[in-house]
Amino acid sequence: MAQAPGKRPLSPHLEIWRWGPAMLVSILHRITGEGLAFVGLSLFLWWVGAIAGGPESYQTFLDWVWLAPDGGLQTATALLGKVVLVGLTWAFFQHMASGIRHFVLDIGAGYELETNARWSLLTILFSVAATSVFWAAVLLH
Amino acid sequence: MGNGTSIGRVRGLGSSHHGTGHFLSSRLTAVGNLVLIPFLMISLALMPSHDYATVHAWAAKPLPATALILILINTFYHARLGIQVMLEDYVHENGGKIAAWLFVNFVPFAGAAFGIVSVVRIALGGA
Repeated sequence: MAQAPGKRPLSPHLEIWRWGPAMLVSILHRITGEGLAFVGLSLFLWWVGAIAGGPESYQTFLDWVWLAPDGGLQTATALLGKVVLVGLTWAFFQHMASGIRHFVLDIGAGYELETNARWSLLTILFSVAATSVFWAAVLLH
Repeated sequence: MGNGTSIGRVRGLGSSHHGTGHFLSSRLTAVGNLVLIPFLMISLALMPSHDYATVHAWAAKPLPATALILILINTFYHARLGIQVMLEDYVHENGGKIAAWLFVNFVPFAGAAFGIVSVVRIALGGA
C-alpha cells in the first residue's frame, strides 16, 4: 500500500465502535458468506461427488457426516457434521436475509437510523426462525 | 509505483474500472441463488429418505440435475466474487496478492468443473 510519508489519520478500530445491529449484520454477512463458500461448497462438492461415485462412496459420506455406525472417530465427525449442517442452514438464511437487505440499501432506501436498525434485527430473527422451521421439517417429515 | 514525484507515487493505484461489473455480477448471481438454493433445500427437506437410491434418483431427473449444474455455475461464481472482495480487504502484501489471485481464479472453477462432471455422470448413467 502506497502511503504519503508521515503520520496519517486512522479510523477507530473495531473495538472502539459501539456495537449496533447494522454493524453486527454487516459482519455476519461476511462471515456467513465466507463460511458458506469455504465449508458449504466443499461439503456440497463432496456430496455431489459421493452420489456420482456410487452407493459405497455415498454411504461413506453419510457415515462420516451424519450416521457414524462404526463409532470411534466417526462419532466426533458425525457430531461435527450435524453442527456444521445446522450452522450452514442458519448461515444461508442469514446471508440471504442480509443480502435482500443489501438490495434495498442498493436502491438508496432504508438508511434512516431506526429503520436500518429494525431491518438489521429482523434479518437475525428471520434466520433463526427459518433455520428452526427447516430442521423441524427435515426431522419431523 | 514510483517514489519520486507526487503523480509517480499514485500512478497505477486508482480504479481498475472493473468494479461496476463485479458489483453487478455479484447482485445478478445473488438473485440466481435466491431461486436455486431454496429449490435445493426444499427438495432435500421433502425427500422421503436420504438413502442412496432416493437421492440418486432425484439428482438424475432433468430438473434437479439442471438446478445442481446451475448451482455449480451460479453459486460458485457468486462465492468467487465474495471471496475476492474479502481477500482484497485483508491481503495487502504483494506475495499474498499473487497467491490470492491464483486461488480465486483456479479453485472455484476447478471445484465447479468437478461438480458438473459428477452431476453429468449421475444424470446420464454410469455409477
